Amino acid sequence: MRHGGLLRFAGWAVIGLFLAVSAPARADGLVQADVLYNGYYQSVLGDCSGCHTKAGGALLAGGDPIETPFGTIVPPNITPDVETGIGRWSLEDFRGAMHRGIGRGGKRLYPAMPYPYYALMPQRDVDALWTWLQTVPPVSNAVEANLLPFPFNEREAMAGWNEINFRPGPFQRDPDRSDQWNRGAYLVRGPGHCAACHSPKNVTGGDVADRYLQGALLQGWFAPEITGDAWRGLGGWSEEEIVAYLATGTSGRAVASGPMREVIEASTSKMKNDDLRAIATYLKSLAGSDGARPTPVAADNPRMVAGGAVYRDNCAACHGTDGDGARNLIPALAGSAAVQQEMTDTLARVVIEGVQGASSDKAPTAPAMPALGWRLSDAEVADVLTYIRNSWGNAAAEVEARSVEDVRAKLK
Amino acid sequence: MTNILPRKDVVIVGLGWTGSILAHELAQEGLDVVAIERGPWRDTATSFNIGVMPDELRFAVRRDLFLQPRTEAITMRNNVDQVALPMRDYGSFLPGNGVGGAGVHWNGQTWRFWDSDFRTRSHLVERYGAQAIEGLTVQDWGVTGAELEEYYDRFEYLCGISGKAGNINGTIQPGGNPFEDPRSRDYPLPPMQMTYGPSLFAEITSGMGLHPFPCPSANLSQNYVNPLGVAMSQCSYCGFCERFGCANYAKASPQTTVLPALMRFSNFEARTLCEVLEVNLAPGGETARGVTYVDSSNEEYFQPADLVLLCAYGLFNVRLMMLSGIGEIYDPQTQTGTVGRNYCYQTNASAKLFFDDKTFNPFIAAGALGQTCDDYNGDAFDHSGLGFVGGSGINCLPTNGRPIETRYLPHHTPRWGSEWKKATAKYYSNTLHFTSQGSSYAARGNYLDLDPTYKDRHGRPLLRMTFDFTDNDVRMSDWVSDRMEDIAKASGAPKYSISRVAKGWNSAVYQSTHNVGGAIMGADPATSAVNPWLQSWDVPNVFVIGASAFPQNTGKNPTGTVGALAFRTARAIREQYLRNPGAALVPR
Repeated sequence: MRHGGLLRFAGWAVIGLFLAVSAPARADGLVQADVLYNGYYQSVLGDCSGCHTKAGGALLAGGDPIETPFGTIVPPNITPDVETGIGRWSLEDFRGAMHRGIGRGGKRLYPAMPYPYYALMPQRDVDALWTWLQTVPPVSNAVEANLLPFPFNEREAMAGWNEINFRPGPFQRDPDRSDQWNRGAYLVRGPGHCAACHSPKNVTGGDVADRYLQGALLQGWFAPEITGDAWRGLGGWSEEEIVAYLATGTSGRAVASGPMREVIEASTSKMKNDDLRAIATYLKSLAGSDGARPTPVAADNPRMVAGGAVYRDNCAACHGTDGDGARNLIPALAGSAAVQQEMTDTLARVVIEGVQGASSDKAPTAPAMPALGWRLSDAEVADVLTYIRNSWGNAAAEVEARSVEDVRAKLK
Repeated sequence: MTNILPRKDVVIVGLGWTGSILAHELAQEGLDVVAIERGPWRDTATSFNIGVMPDELRFAVRRDLFLQPRTEAITMRNNVDQVALPMRDYGSFLPGNGVGGAGVHWNGQTWRFWDSDFRTRSHLVERYGAQAIEGLTVQDWGVTGAELEEYYDRFEYLCGISGKAGNINGTIQPGGNPFEDPRSRDYPLPPMQMTYGPSLFAEITSGMGLHPFPCPSANLSQNYVNPLGVAMSQCSYCGFCERFGCANYAKASPQTTVLPALMRFSNFEARTLCEVLEVNLAPGGETARGVTYVDSSNEEYFQPADLVLLCAYGLFNVRLMMLSGIGEIYDPQTQTGTVGRNYCYQTNASAKLFFDDKTFNPFIAAGALGQTCDDYNGDAFDHSGLGFVGGSGINCLPTNGRPIETRYLPHHTPRWGSEWKKATAKYYSNTLHFTSQGSSYAARGNYLDLDPTYKDRHGRPLLRMTFDFTDNDVRMSDWVSDRMEDIAKASGAPKYSISRVAKGWNSAVYQSTHNVGGAIMGADPATSAVNPWLQSWDVPNVFVIGASAFPQNTGKNPTGTVGALAFRTARAIREQYLRNPGAALVPR
């Protein structure tokens, strides 16, 4: 990947050089290179490849299917290929898709394409992204994007969806806040489209405005609350920890995995440090769920006793008897907001099938949690999660064996 | 039919410690590198899953992670008058298998050899005269301790070695090994927490005027992030190190130190379950063209490459050279030829002290957790009049208390029945065990060659090992066993037993996986297979990296030196060889 990065930079240099010598004026070439670099950076901010590039596949040539509550959607090929990509699109078509959710020929997009967030992007940046997309190697790969069942396969229905859920841009600054806060607010609400995963959804799949970034279940993962809430949010994280987490995949105490691993590897690890700091500032400023922290389940509760035994036999060697983990490697469970979330789907699946953590050039370890579902029953998983959620100062609702059973069934 | 693959800059045979270090260094250099590994891919969470790993029967008794003789066996005999027979099971030593190699299953005892070790012949002749090494073929390495210092340092910081320096830039440090050569700085991490056994050993031996110190350990005393950014965890003292992969990222191995960084390079590729059959030489035999290998479906491939690095287990580096015609095979009658010369091992003995009133809890352990005395190691003591050269470290390293194989029983305990059970229960926890790990000095009749009779599954001759403990080494070890007996007596233990080394090396009983030599380094092409940069004297675009390069063995574990040599060779390739590829770094 480091190699790839170098190649990409070399590519930029070549483009810059080519433009510089072939364009009538050298200055035009440099302007063009700036536009291209800005366009590339917009693709990083918007994490285009997160959805539009298959694992191990060609850049933006179509992604892996996305399961939504309404059915399956496959991210299409957005390389400049004429037959199967967006080679026939015009800049106007592209602006329509990004700002209004209406693609070439007036075709409505599904909001799995996060245009409600991209709508906040200034036209200059959308145009730069378009310019950069022209430099992506065209790949012939026909994608049938719409695998939704009736009635959701009717694209026109999205007009009604937009009526309910879509507020067009542009981004409105808050003059009472700092530039840094405003930049963070723009990145989170706009191109970063954090709410797409982290905000609870209404029945139509739109964001619930008053529970903004308070955590949501998506594709079998619970994306945790990322507000400034002290219990379940990022209140206990320093800005430096948030920046490190987004830049490298680990804050030291937490290690990203699941869908967030992909976001970090494809997007946030490539963002500028100032932008990551702005995101941290903004997220920590959000009030959040302000849920009343419950009294922890008592240590002598039989489920806590059973869970503690499972923990010592299976978890303590790595996570520590004090739940403190190991820096950059094994997530700390003590004080972890992630283990005290409302829904425990992520926790159960990580115990059952294991998970590989994120990696980056700065933190290349890519540590992994081993799968333990083959040796722990649903009740044991529920007990140990209850124990983890209520030890070392943690406090959260007990986990029921039934909910672990549901998660296990979905993983089969 | 052989499939011919696109050319690579570098092909590496074996992806263990040396293969992964060299691959990382050369991928950093921008070269296209492929590593070909006979065994499977292994990583911590899947291969060493915490729910699976502490299985003594599967991994220690049945040796799940090791090379099996059906894949490759070795024939053995004690001397040239015998007919060698294939080992039907690996016993005395256990070569690893798969990604990580011996770096997966080692204990983690990480030593530096001394300058007097690298100059064995010169040093001994200077101090005791030529007659002291009569009958031995010990040699100098062609490298000094001072030259290797920075590479030892790199390996120790790569691994997060936990220890206490004994000599920083010439100043002796209290609590460390006073006999070690100067080092530029302390270990990256402090020593591990001592358990009762080693603490008692330290008390007894320091009371006798010896100098115990914590064994430098690749089981980490604290969490650590190495210079490549790879994070490792503090050891949990579970005692499942040797023969096991570490389940919690706490033992330095290629998996926990290099591979995460290496696998990020798009110009590196690992091909597992692929066995190299031969290094192919161009007509004339002076240049390697690449390697031929078979994959797991027995499909044959030719991988062309400009540079070939043999990074397999030392014994198999030697065999691959012989099978490929790289250098001349050693003949003990004429003492000509270099490949197979100076095969050496390790000369070990042990002491068990049986107490009535002490509880050592041996299950709280780690592979390199304990105390060592180097007072009788190498040439730390005056050998005048002793009748031998070499020495042993005395190590109190209770690596584990695993239930199946931990049996500390005094002599004359019945072999079965209720008395046996009673003694087993009593002495499991009441026994203080320590060992001497002794040098193995080369002799004319100890060597490796190709077996004339037995072949592997591909029809290639097996490696033949001709080895017995030399008279010098038996005298050395016996003398050190007397010193261990002194310690036993001083301890006040009501009973003790001392096991002593004897002639007639037995390949069936586990002793040590420290097989060294056979493709030894040196300054003279008449007596060494590779030059001091580990480059083949005969085929300069082949480097042979590993303990196969040791001209004789010391009384210490080899991995630290193997790692240091790998870093040194990597630098020589990057800074010297690549300026003039294919040329010898040292003229013949």
